[in-house]
Amino acid sequence: MLLDADASTVDIAIPIPQLAVGSGKPRKMTGAPGKPADSQPDWVSCLSRISEERDRAAFAELFRYFAPRVKAFLMKSGASPAVAEDCAQEVMATVWRKARQFDPARASVATWIFTIARNRRIDVLRKDRRPEPEDLPWGPEAEPDQEDVLTLQQQSARLKMAMHTLPKPQRDLIERAYFGDLSHSEIAAATGLPLGTIKSRIRLALDRLRHEMK
Amino acid sequence: MADTIKHHLSDDLLMAYSAGALPEALNLMVATHVSLCDTCRAQLESYNALGGALLDDADEAEMESSALDAVLARLDDVTEEEPRPIIVGDVLPAPLRDYVGGGLDTVKWRPVGMGVKQAILPTSKDASARLLYIPAGVAVPDHGHRGMELTMVLQGAFSDEYDRFGPGDVEAADEDIEHTPTAEAGQDCICLAVTDAPLRFNGLIPRILQPFLRI
Repeated sequence: MLLDADASTVDIAIPIPQLAVGSGKPRKMTGAPGKPADSQPDWVSCLSRISEERDRAAFAELFRYFAPRVKAFLMKSGASPAVAEDCAQEVMATVWRKARQFDPARASVATWIFTIARNRRIDVLRKDRRPEPEDLPWGPEAEPDQEDVLTLQQQSARLKMAMHTLPKPQRDLIERAYFGDLSHSEIAAATGLPLGTIKSRIRLALDRLRHEMK
Repeated sequence: MADTIKHHLSDDLLMAYSAGALPEALNLMVATHVSLCDTCRAQLESYNALGGALLDDADEAEMESSALDAVLARLDDVTEEEPRPIIVGDVLPAPLRDYVGGGLDTVKWRPVGMGVKQAILPTSKDASARLLYIPAGVAVPDHGHRGMELTMVLQGAFSDEYDRFGPGDVEAADEDIEHTPTAEAGQDCICLAVTDAPLRFNGLIPRILQPFLRI
């Protein structure tokens, strides 16, 4: 079974509602603006230099940080080092190509690159087609509200910090679910843990993240 | 449509779509529903944010020393990618139009009996997707399931023993459920149905037909 449809897991509490920004209606979100939560480079302005000025130095900076992470992500999904290297290069070229479609009010740069890398993984490792949702009607040209951008980027930084508070077994399972190209049942087979334990640990991890995000 | 959708995708499904762990036919279901449902789109973006945080926090695997130069050299060749055009008003959201090869008028329907028609969509074999056309007032044969079936309404509405499903709603049925979905009077009902295993019908004739209908 590819899906685990037992009723006990269908009603996972909404995990991280503060990050739920894509309501399609007003872009307003709760949470007051403040200082960035960590000292990472400002990837949003880096990406806007890429999209607006085709700035190769900005691209190089982004590449040095994200390409090795994308490569590691693909290797954890089962790609050989050579395939992962090729794919990571292609993912970064896609970042250049699609830079104008990035919307900083809807995603952090890391999230956006994650979705590109995940899609590339499906293309290469599974050779499936990969249906994607329709774009929202206002299109990427609409200028996002700066406060929304700030809030979303802060929330993303907080989520990253919140992940450090997860107990290791919970974090490991979340990582396997995202990086391993595995269904929950396949994780159960790989770890020898009962499916119920996997599901409850993932749920606990999501609950905990939600709590940290309050 | 967002405000009228009552039956959403489960968090399990949205998380698995975000993680890239679903078979193609289920990806198609999620992409189609999210195209119409702002609630699930927001939820999906939360799960994507989780993936982004993991990537941001991940180990690094050293790139080859020539990698950056190789990609920089290639940037001259790559043209900007345009988002796909937005078409408003067709019953089929963009992900479905991509599979059909056009709008609703281009679907190649095949009769299944009692006026019901279907069109199987080309996806990888580990799960199957099809469009269903149920004339107003008609019931689909009573059937149980091996595995899981998700049915999403694109036009019209149907009811079964359990509930009513209108445009954008997704019914999730597992193997314990036997039901008889009936299209409401007034408008023919068009649905996207995805199963992660073949259907089995309870009546004798439908079961014999099953291998030929590929359902």
